[in-house]
Amino acid sequence: MTTSGILYIIVFFLVLLAITKPLGSFMADVYEGRRTFLHPVLGWVENLIYRASGVREEEEQRWTEYAASLLAFSLVSFVFVYFLQRLQGLLPLNPMGFGTAHPPAGATPVTPDLAFNTAVSFMTNTNWQAYGGETTLSYFVQMAALTVQNFVSAAAGMAVAMALIRGFARKQAKTIGNFWVDLTRGTVYILLPLSLLFALFLCARGVPQTLAHYIQATTLQGAHQTIAVGPVASQEAIKMLGTNGGGFFNANSSHPYENPTPLTNFIEILSMLAIPAGLTYTFGKMVGDTRQGWTLFTVMSVMMLGGFLICCSAEQSGNPVLTRMGVQTAHTQTQDGGNMEGKEVRFGIASSALWATVTTDVSCGSVNSMHDSYTPIGGLVPLFNLQTDEVIFGGDGSGLYGILLYAIVGVFIAGLMVGRTPEYLGKKIEQKEVKMAMIAVIATAFSILIFTGLTLDMHFKANGYWNPPGAAIANFNNGGPHGFSELLYAFSSASENNGSAFAGINVNTPWYNLMLGLAMLIGRFLFIIPTLAVAGSLAEKKKIPETSGTLPTQGLLFVGLLVGTIIIIGALTFFPADSLGPIVEQLLMHQGKLFSTIVFPFGS
Amino acid sequence: MSTMHRPVTAPEEETLLSPKRGVRARPLFDPPIVKSALRQSFLKLNPATLIKNPVMFVVEVGAALTTVLMLRNLAAGAGQIGFEFQITLWLWFTVLFANFAEAMAEARGKAQADTLRRTKTETRARRLLDSGEIEIVPSSALRAGDVVLCEADEVIPGDGEVIEGVASVDESVITGESAPVIRESGGDRSAVTGGTRVLSDQIKIRISSNPGETFLDRMIRLVEGAQRQKTPNEIALNILIAGLTLIFLLAVVTLQPYAAYAVDTTKAGSVPSIVVLVSLLVCLIPTTIGGLLSAIGIAGMDRVMQHNVLAMSGKAVEASGDVTTLLLDKTGTITLGNRQAVEFIPTDGVTEAELADVAQLSSLADETPEGRSIVVLAKEKFGFRGRNILEHEAEFIPFSAYTRMSGVDWQGRRLRKGATDAVVKFVTEQGGRVPSSLTEASDRISRNGGTPLAVADGARALGIVHLKDIVKGGMRERLKHLRTMGIRSVMITGDNPLTAAAIAQEAGVDDFLAQATPEDKLAYIRKEQSLGRLVAMTGDGTNDAPALAQADVGVAMNSGTTAAKEAGNMVDLDSNPTKLLEIVSIGKQLLITRGALTTFSIANDIAKYFAIIPAMFVSTYPVLGRLNVMHLHSPESAVLSAVIFNALIIIALVPLALRGVRCKPQDAASLLRRNLLIYGIGGIIAPFPGIWLIDRVLGLLHLA
Repeated sequence: MTTSGILYIIVFFLVLLAITKPLGSFMADVYEGRRTFLHPVLGWVENLIYRASGVREEEEQRWTEYAASLLAFSLVSFVFVYFLQRLQGLLPLNPMGFGTAHPPAGATPVTPDLAFNTAVSFMTNTNWQAYGGETTLSYFVQMAALTVQNFVSAAAGMAVAMALIRGFARKQAKTIGNFWVDLTRGTVYILLPLSLLFALFLCARGVPQTLAHYIQATTLQGAHQTIAVGPVASQEAIKMLGTNGGGFFNANSSHPYENPTPLTNFIEILSMLAIPAGLTYTFGKMVGDTRQGWTLFTVMSVMMLGGFLICCSAEQSGNPVLTRMGVQTAHTQTQDGGNMEGKEVRFGIASSALWATVTTDVSCGSVNSMHDSYTPIGGLVPLFNLQTDEVIFGGDGSGLYGILLYAIVGVFIAGLMVGRTPEYLGKKIEQKEVKMAMIAVIATAFSILIFTGLTLDMHFKANGYWNPPGAAIANFNNGGPHGFSELLYAFSSASENNGSAFAGINVNTPWYNLMLGLAMLIGRFLFIIPTLAVAGSLAEKKKIPETSGTLPTQGLLFVGLLVGTIIIIGALTFFPADSLGPIVEQLLMHQGKLFSTIVFPFGS
Repeated sequence: MSTMHRPVTAPEEETLLSPKRGVRARPLFDPPIVKSALRQSFLKLNPATLIKNPVMFVVEVGAALTTVLMLRNLAAGAGQIGFEFQITLWLWFTVLFANFAEAMAEARGKAQADTLRRTKTETRARRLLDSGEIEIVPSSALRAGDVVLCEADEVIPGDGEVIEGVASVDESVITGESAPVIRESGGDRSAVTGGTRVLSDQIKIRISSNPGETFLDRMIRLVEGAQRQKTPNEIALNILIAGLTLIFLLAVVTLQPYAAYAVDTTKAGSVPSIVVLVSLLVCLIPTTIGGLLSAIGIAGMDRVMQHNVLAMSGKAVEASGDVTTLLLDKTGTITLGNRQAVEFIPTDGVTEAELADVAQLSSLADETPEGRSIVVLAKEKFGFRGRNILEHEAEFIPFSAYTRMSGVDWQGRRLRKGATDAVVKFVTEQGGRVPSSLTEASDRISRNGGTPLAVADGARALGIVHLKDIVKGGMRERLKHLRTMGIRSVMITGDNPLTAAAIAQEAGVDDFLAQATPEDKLAYIRKEQSLGRLVAMTGDGTNDAPALAQADVGVAMNSGTTAAKEAGNMVDLDSNPTKLLEIVSIGKQLLITRGALTTFSIANDIAKYFAIIPAMFVSTYPVLGRLNVMHLHSPESAVLSAVIFNALIIIALVPLALRGVRCKPQDAASLLRRNLLIYGIGGIIAPFPGIWLIDRVLGLLHLA
């Protein structure tokens, strides 16, 4: 690691630390229905939504009603996004004519399976993209379908987190809040204002925001080039804040129109983390003990910084194969060195590695460099992050409820060691909580492992619907362990609702679109429903007063315990699989073997 | 005022810090128990019973699978028979070891039950018919509601209640305490237990339970496992380890296509065999805790019983670990059963020394603890030695319920001490006059909860001896330990609030309930529970029954009434209210043992990965041999060593599961730190040298 890299992460972390409390405190006020400084400005929007939709603000829901509301909302969102995509040719704001009889050259048709995949992807806050934005979708679909989902899928995740927090905070209560109210408040007071400010900032730094036609340019050499533009800033802002990650452009945030300068880069990384980090404080405040929130913040920070250090050092050490060929990849006075393949020169190693770590920590999935081109260990960090069930800060809301489920498991095992029925925040952890937490953990593990295994075994007939003929793995661009990493990463990303891709696989086929879509649905809803069940069960319980015999769930001891639980229960399941992917690839790289093509160098 | 003269045996002089009295310790590996457990280990292989233990069931299925594969390969002459045979053998051992642990715990419980059952000898009972005639029937023919007669030297034929008469009863068969106890009709000492022996007098007993339904019977069934139900925490833990098993099953099953892909792209090596995959699965799933979980639960019950407490359910034992409030009766638990002299208060014109002298003389023959305490106090304060007045033709006047005084007639002096009103009457009858200062002092002491004893020398009233409750030795520290563990102690007393406060402060309890009626107790428990606390209490009277039933842990004294015993969820055969403290620590120990072994079990996985993963894939990716950090000498040996370690660790931890993890009174944070270090970090490290060592041994023996 270089000095500037170290300085970068220190400054970054200090800024993150500084915004966590004010933002977290504000969010607690919003969700607990207190008046904030934004109410005079935006209060009417909230009221208008309630009046228009018939939602009664004071009406509380049991966990089953809360879950039913969320599922109904998600279903409607899915249908809406699906049909907008399919019908984009008939809809306005389509200057390029996508989906019409005369699409631009090279446009990707929106097939039913692709529309399904994309609709599920944005509804579940995954934002996996089997398409390239600028070659597939009209401005209207990008704005009305995708950007709207960027807001509400994040707000839905935050709502679930609030429901779970209330489960801990309330005593012998039947209800855990109102989904519609939480959804509205999160969107109106938190996501909208922050996105608005952020989008304006991005515009000021050069990100386009226009409904005009793509620009036809003639380059200095006289070649003709089409430069895609569009309402980018508005989508970019919520894409980061909402931990969505679905780029306007295929190149995502490595595209200069999404992420033009090192400053926007810094702020964009920060904006991915802002809400998940703030929610830890919100949690502490709402359960009446901010130390509890800071403890979770510490767990997440330790794992994030650890991941960054590994990733950054791996990238900085570069590729030994190139070194052996006499290429200077070390850090010198004239260059930063390191593995620069797939990275933007204007960002460099440290901020690329930080982005890669953070985007997979927080379930965002946007990229400013190509993870596929990372060194194997550098690429293992994002993969590992996905496999922790996205609890290292995690997605908006989903990170918090994810880590709380891990805390429940950790408390249950270790809590016994203090000689009491385990309790967390005064709530006894019993059968139901353990069962639900295990269902959530099993569901994502199932989805990652089984879909990967199935795909490896799949062979398709000629002229079939699912995939081009042959093995499903023929869609890989790389062979050997690297190809395996690409596949494992794809299903990890979908199952954990992250959406980033290792890339390197042609995933726009019915097989991949449907399987990945299914993985996203499992990862989202088989995690959320058990979480809400836990919330309902906890809310009904008495609160046991804290004594010196109570397991301390704040402080460094608990931090260590929770980190251990996340690594051992969450990620170690994937150690055998990872050892056949990035781990062996790293070892082979040092022997001089790479896997850039489908032709496997072994045996040759 | 006559509490000092209750016809009870001498108070226990034990300090509360030496609770082990009466614990019938059994050697861990008692040969007959081991023998029966070995047999049971095989019987428990029956899949129909094993399915209740999902982890071990998976191991058994795996073992069966490898057996079939091995036999098939044997017939075909293919495969690595030696390796497959050893793996198969150790997988079966894994199941057997787990079965053995459970069988050991059950056998120990059964042995305990047999000890109890020995008290249930068949006797003949004299049943009283409605007509008033007596018929002789075997005790097994008695039904609830029957009335029987029992007299000296007869064995009481069944559990019941004394409805007429009073007798001393030898209950040593159940309590191990040789001193007889009094059982009488009415009041709280009316319950008798079948199998105990009447020593004197005759009593009429109403039988309270049908044959096979007595406390003893229920308890025996419970410890024999016939009625053992999984406790809530045990079920939750089972869900957790079953969930982990499922996750690892997914990880191992999918490893097959992953490996096939790797072999396909490298064109090197081979896909790990089913035997190796099963081995990996068995090593990863939490077999250690899965194998020992039920043994831990049974052993916990057993430990409670070794303290001579019958728990009506495992749930009650578990709940006792959670208790946050202990209701402790003052008398007998916090204070010694008897009061002691602390002060001489002379009336006007009498010196303290003169009063002390007479008080001592009148108490010289008084063998009660109160009497002795007066002698000691006089000696301490004024150096009066116990004079041998027997030589001086002294005549001792023993205490009687009529006079409510005792004393001595010596050299023409009539020295008396006793209840104030009795002494006042005595002095007045002698023509003396009682100064008002004496009655005032007496009233003052009574008001503050002490016991005043008036002292008179013939017609002269000399003053008052102040008797006071004495907090048991070590009680303060003990209560302090409780507080460290986060448990509030609450003293229950019939005393007025002032006295109660004084004793509460002296003993260091957190709260007290003065002038407590049974209703007060019940209300107090409800209040605590509404604050989320769990309450434990002891009780013996019928009027304690509602509170005992309301409390989360209610320990009834065996000497108490049937109603009390029915209401509580434990019965202390020794009727020692201090036992509550032991019960709480046994409950905690039970939970700690479960947590520790679960943590250990899960932490072990890391080393097993490092043993098996390189071994599995080294033929495909030789470079993965770098992960073989233990330098195990061959892939077969690596897999085998991990499987053997996994099996042996179960056996190695059986003693820990049966005895329980040591539980010192500590606050939760230090307890967690200590146990995380030993079982968490220790669990990560321990298997590395363990597996390495087994690998070396296998190499030396040329087994792999």
